[in-house]
Amino acid sequence: MSDILIVSDLGKQFGGIKAVDGLSFAVREGDIHGLIGPNGAGKTTTFNLISGFYKPTHGYVKFFDEEISGLRMHHVARKGVIRTFQHSTLFAELTVLDNVLVGTHMMFKPSLTAAFLGRERQSRAKAIERANEVLEFFGLQAFVDQLAGELSHGHQRALGMAVAMASQPKILLLDEPFTGMNPEETQTMMGLMGKLRDTGITLLLVEHDMTAIMGLCDRITVMNFGKLLTEGKPLEIRNHPDVIEAYLGKQKNAS
Amino acid sequence: MSKPQPLILLSFLLLAVVLIVLPHGLSYSQREILVFLTINILVVSSYRLLTLTGEWSLGHIVMMGVGAYGSALYTKELGVPVPISMILGALTAGIIAWGLSFPLFRMKGFYFLIGSFAAGEIIRLLWKRFRDPFGGPKGIKRIDPFPDIDFGFVRIDFFDPVNYYYFALIIVILCLVILWRIEKSMIGLTFHAVHWQDKLAESTGVNVRAYRTLALVISATFAGLAGTLLAHYIGTVNPNVFDIEQMVFVLTWAIVGGTTTIYGPIIGCIILTALNEIVLREIGLEQGRPLVYGLILIASVLFMPKGLEDVVKKVIELMKQHVFRGRIKDV
Repeated sequence: MSDILIVSDLGKQFGGIKAVDGLSFAVREGDIHGLIGPNGAGKTTTFNLISGFYKPTHGYVKFFDEEISGLRMHHVARKGVIRTFQHSTLFAELTVLDNVLVGTHMMFKPSLTAAFLGRERQSRAKAIERANEVLEFFGLQAFVDQLAGELSHGHQRALGMAVAMASQPKILLLDEPFTGMNPEETQTMMGLMGKLRDTGITLLLVEHDMTAIMGLCDRITVMNFGKLLTEGKPLEIRNHPDVIEAYLGKQKNAS
Repeated sequence: MSKPQPLILLSFLLLAVVLIVLPHGLSYSQREILVFLTINILVVSSYRLLTLTGEWSLGHIVMMGVGAYGSALYTKELGVPVPISMILGALTAGIIAWGLSFPLFRMKGFYFLIGSFAAGEIIRLLWKRFRDPFGGPKGIKRIDPFPDIDFGFVRIDFFDPVNYYYFALIIVILCLVILWRIEKSMIGLTFHAVHWQDKLAESTGVNVRAYRTLALVISATFAGLAGTLLAHYIGTVNPNVFDIEQMVFVLTWAIVGGTTTIYGPIIGCIILTALNEIVLREIGLEQGRPLVYGLILIASVLFMPKGLEDVVKKVIELMKQHVFRGRIKDV
């Protein structure tokens, strides 16, 4: 399988702090790729750099051999790189259906003249069809008319992914999708991600929940202090001395 | 929309009758006020479209002025016939708003509010400063009125406030329909999305900046059209008609009425105008309008934060329950 997302020598500096410093890794097509590291390792910054939220200080991100770093966020999204956010970032005041309809924005671009003349029934019907498909995929079809802010935490996270999914991503960047979930919700979410991969979407996720990471990922990249620590299969990572040290600290001699 | 709702149809019919008959029960000066009220409804409704994206501007009334000045100048200086100059005036306001969007949308929220005020003041002071072509502080006088329409058997003279009221009413209702359609369309949904979570919207490929600009331009265009309606009615425009005091009135209408529904600002505008023209005039306090508006604004924010529209919603809800209960009793 080929690499679809290549991060090369990526760096981001905030004042004197190097949040990400010369990071390089690649995501293979069809993989679930994990990005882990202790707090403050620069995982979210990396996400923000890939998705166009920040511009890198140096280095680049390539998607399908096309440089996407430095593009504005909606341009990156139009290439097929869709991200979700930490916490339940949703349009809380809109209904579940409307949330997902916003996600279909790229497929069914709204037209002003159609709106003026009241002639967008067709494209809207198609958008709603697409939205319903996605909602069914995530098991949310029962909540279509509910306000997104009123959903339970687990459902909100699923809806967040549904919004991203509606925009037909080639790669989904998931920022801590398991945060604040109980074991049951975590299980459901893991099932959903497996299903997502089976539809041919590549996943890159930042996560703290090790059960989820170890159970899901095909490959894992470990970061520490903005740099690449190591990369490998879950089993290799679990037993890697550097990783253990980064998370738990160096073993001291008791002498 | 599953089945025709005779009750709604009936209330629309009733509203139409009221709107048609209304001017005939009023005095001459009240008819004039009715014309202004109709125009102001367009101003505040177009303002609401911008607030859908979460931005509140203080330059909206100046956009109305751009339309008014534009249309006046096109007729006076270039000899453009009035109906066409009105459309051109409205488009001018849209274009100016588009130009202003570049500096203004580098800011958000409170900073945008202040920025839009500054931008509006610059335009207003340009009108004041340049006698040619804007007429300086005295503004432009003797603007061509809307031409009479001669059908042969009837002649419609637009100097008559009743006729102008009908004309303005048709235009304003048309505009409201367009504004409503935009809001209910996918574009309107995107406006809401931009308002509540611009980052999430952007991550699904929405060009947030473009949509903010679109809302600003559309709202300015309709405000400009309202300005042209005003200019060709009163026949004169000057910078003071579009100053910050007037803007605060628009804000007060929108806030007191509420901005989550399309009828909220309209109700705010109607009730506050009625209050001003009937109650305050009656007790000889119309000079105290800013003071009274200020008090109303504070009171409504404290005691009615969701606006008058919320009261209307509750009344409708109550009525529905009542009707429902009545039906059960009938069975």
